[in-house]
Amino acid sequence: MPLDLVRRLLTPLRDPVATSRYPEAAPLLQFATRGMPEIDPALCDGSGECAEACPTEAIELGISGAIRAIDAGRCIFCSACVIACPKGALSMGSRVELAAADRTELIKAAPPATSVRPLDGQVRRQVLSRMGRSLHVRHLDAGSCNGCDWECAALLNPYHDIQRLGIDFVASPRHADLLLVTGVMTRNLEEAARRTYEAMPEPRLVVAVGACAISGGVFAGSPEARDGIAGVVPVDVFVPGCPPRPEALIEALLKAIELGRASRPEVAAARPE
Amino acid sequence: MPKRQESTSESLGEKLNDALGRPVPASARGVIDAADDGDLFFALTPAQLGPAIAALQGLGASHVMLVGFGFGKAGKRLAVEEVMAIPNGPLARLRVELPAGDPTYPSITKLVPAAQWDEREAHDLHGIVPAGHPDPRPLVVHDPAPPAAPFKPFVAHGDGVYQLPVGPIHAGIIEPGHFRFSAVGESVLYLDARLFYTHRGLEHLVEGRTFAEALPIVERACGVCTVTHATAFSRAVERLTRTVPPPRARLARVLLAEMERLYNHVGDLGNICAGVGFNFGTSRLGWQKERLLRLNEALTGHRYLMGVVAPGGLRLDLDERGLVGLGAAVTEIEHEVRSIVRLLVRSDGFMNRLHGLGVLSRAEAMRLGVLGVAARASGLAGDLRRDRPADGYSDLQVAQIGASTGDVAARFHVRAQEAAVSAALIVDIAGRLPAGPMSVALAREARPGAVGLAGAEGPRGASWLWLMAGLNGRIDRLHLRSASFANWPAVASVVPGNLVPDFPLINKSFELCYACTDR
Repeated sequence: MPLDLVRRLLTPLRDPVATSRYPEAAPLLQFATRGMPEIDPALCDGSGECAEACPTEAIELGISGAIRAIDAGRCIFCSACVIACPKGALSMGSRVELAAADRTELIKAAPPATSVRPLDGQVRRQVLSRMGRSLHVRHLDAGSCNGCDWECAALLNPYHDIQRLGIDFVASPRHADLLLVTGVMTRNLEEAARRTYEAMPEPRLVVAVGACAISGGVFAGSPEARDGIAGVVPVDVFVPGCPPRPEALIEALLKAIELGRASRPEVAAARPE
Repeated sequence: MPKRQESTSESLGEKLNDALGRPVPASARGVIDAADDGDLFFALTPAQLGPAIAALQGLGASHVMLVGFGFGKAGKRLAVEEVMAIPNGPLARLRVELPAGDPTYPSITKLVPAAQWDEREAHDLHGIVPAGHPDPRPLVVHDPAPPAAPFKPFVAHGDGVYQLPVGPIHAGIIEPGHFRFSAVGESVLYLDARLFYTHRGLEHLVEGRTFAEALPIVERACGVCTVTHATAFSRAVERLTRTVPPPRARLARVLLAEMERLYNHVGDLGNICAGVGFNFGTSRLGWQKERLLRLNEALTGHRYLMGVVAPGGLRLDLDERGLVGLGAAVTEIEHEVRSIVRLLVRSDGFMNRLHGLGVLSRAEAMRLGVLGVAARASGLAGDLRRDRPADGYSDLQVAQIGASTGDVAARFHVRAQEAAVSAALIVDIAGRLPAGPMSVALAREARPGAVGLAGAEGPRGASWLWLMAGLNGRIDRLHLRSASFANWPAVASVVPGNLVPDFPLINKSFELCYACTDR
């Protein structure tokens, strides 16, 4: 069918470029997007109802009852706190790039209202040079609801198209520089997860994806699972979200590269520029 | 839900009495509580369970789920409840309370093959023993404490037969499961699938929690069936509390459910292309799915529609700015999907891989209690949106889609056509979503011990939720029977006779969630 073949080849040419310019450009958000909750301390009257309503105990109150901190690693961005607050002191913000290398960094007092873009337009070149022109990622489901996994898969669609950054997913942990782990770490997967990590060549990086992998998320406290993956594999970067959107995953991957070089000189040494 | 007719209940009672040879206790016959409006409830002895099921099967009833649970002081007594659906009739709940100290009842799997995993799960999680079960190996618990026998895969033996173990960690962004192929050359003789790697203990975790506390957990049984599970849960709570959600919420739930079906179907069509290695389709349809996820976010603030449906209506109202233009955007995406599918269907190289592959016969689909797309591609008509319409579906016509060949191609076609139906429903509803409140308070407290039973048709079929109320508006016991859980045994059953490298394609044509299954 030559006509069909021609049509098939021409179809993609008809459309404008679909691909995102993230991280050079800001993530594409909607009006309704639920990012990190923001607090207006002036309105907070210390009722504590937000902490009461939070399904993952992400809100820490001070002695006065006012919010001391919100743990992005526990937050599932459900807006229960916003609904519960009688004074309207809380709102769902638009900050979605929340990755951090330190677990404690995720617990922020009064999260800032505006996104601080941690990476600039030089990112692409950095990735290319630092990781020897490529970062190979192995995805590992350690007992997730599948939400984070679909966002990982979305990195490969024509919009997010992570390959444009020199990053790609590989089939075997033996080919991977980085392990992208989703899920709470269920009992049934512990051994498989440990062995996947051990199969990776050194130096290796681990990114914990989503509330479950960081803190257990809504499944925290289940006897069938651990509260996060940190007890089984060492984590280099935590990326909050339920699930984290693809841009947040890209930010986390780039951050992991950054940190991998700073904290482990052998990463840079092993891959001369 | 069709209103129960008194005569149905009476004649059913008679039939069951005949089958059992002795009267069912009058107190246990029929409806036990108005909260369970319409459900038939029978309390049986272990010996009566089989004959009662056979009598119901004689009326055309099919297996929905078997729930194991503990009751009495500290849950020390055990019980099982078999739920069956009578076509155009009520749901029947057959409860067997097991005597103290003897957690055994005669297995129903030989009578109801679809109950095979339900019984094994009840054994693993509650210690209830289905005596005479043909496959009593552990299912959910992978490391059973001795003296329980550890899991051993079923394999075929013979000259030239070899075993191919695959997983639980797979070569892609896929969920974990272990597949043990017994093969000769490239042909599969037998497949033993071992799942439940992502078992998070969801049902145990929600016990003792309030409905509001349990909602985000139940919703996250699966990240891409969130509306389905949240809706089934909400309906179960609403039945327990005799709550009727307001018109806006009832129709919005349909809108959300169809958005969920649409983005799943479009993505799954793309994944079938990935199973063939046809990147054109994967990439083009992946882009359309991304556009749909963006619409989801504009509508609800969440790409996977989490945190919206709740008992009493909706937790968060739909964003009006997301509703504006939704119909036009969905129409355009549906048009794109249709033109991509048209190209795929005309590609002989692509379709040749799909035809005749992974055939699920109508009889086998019926025997195993297969649901959703897989059932409709094998000539079965089941669809909760039509059979037991709830919420806005009661006032809507949902076109029936079907195919009869039961192969990968049939499942591909059914998905493509259902996507068009979903798009049409979205366009219709987006233009006429009534104003008004998005939710109402629950009308009353649930009576402790009462059971709310509700289903929702998701992208993979009917998801059922069995919810027993505890004290103070808390949950005593919850059981979530997802469509994926019901369909998994069918995947393993259709693979023998096909080639090992065709397994990913067959698997993708069913596109079941492991997370939904494992919970």
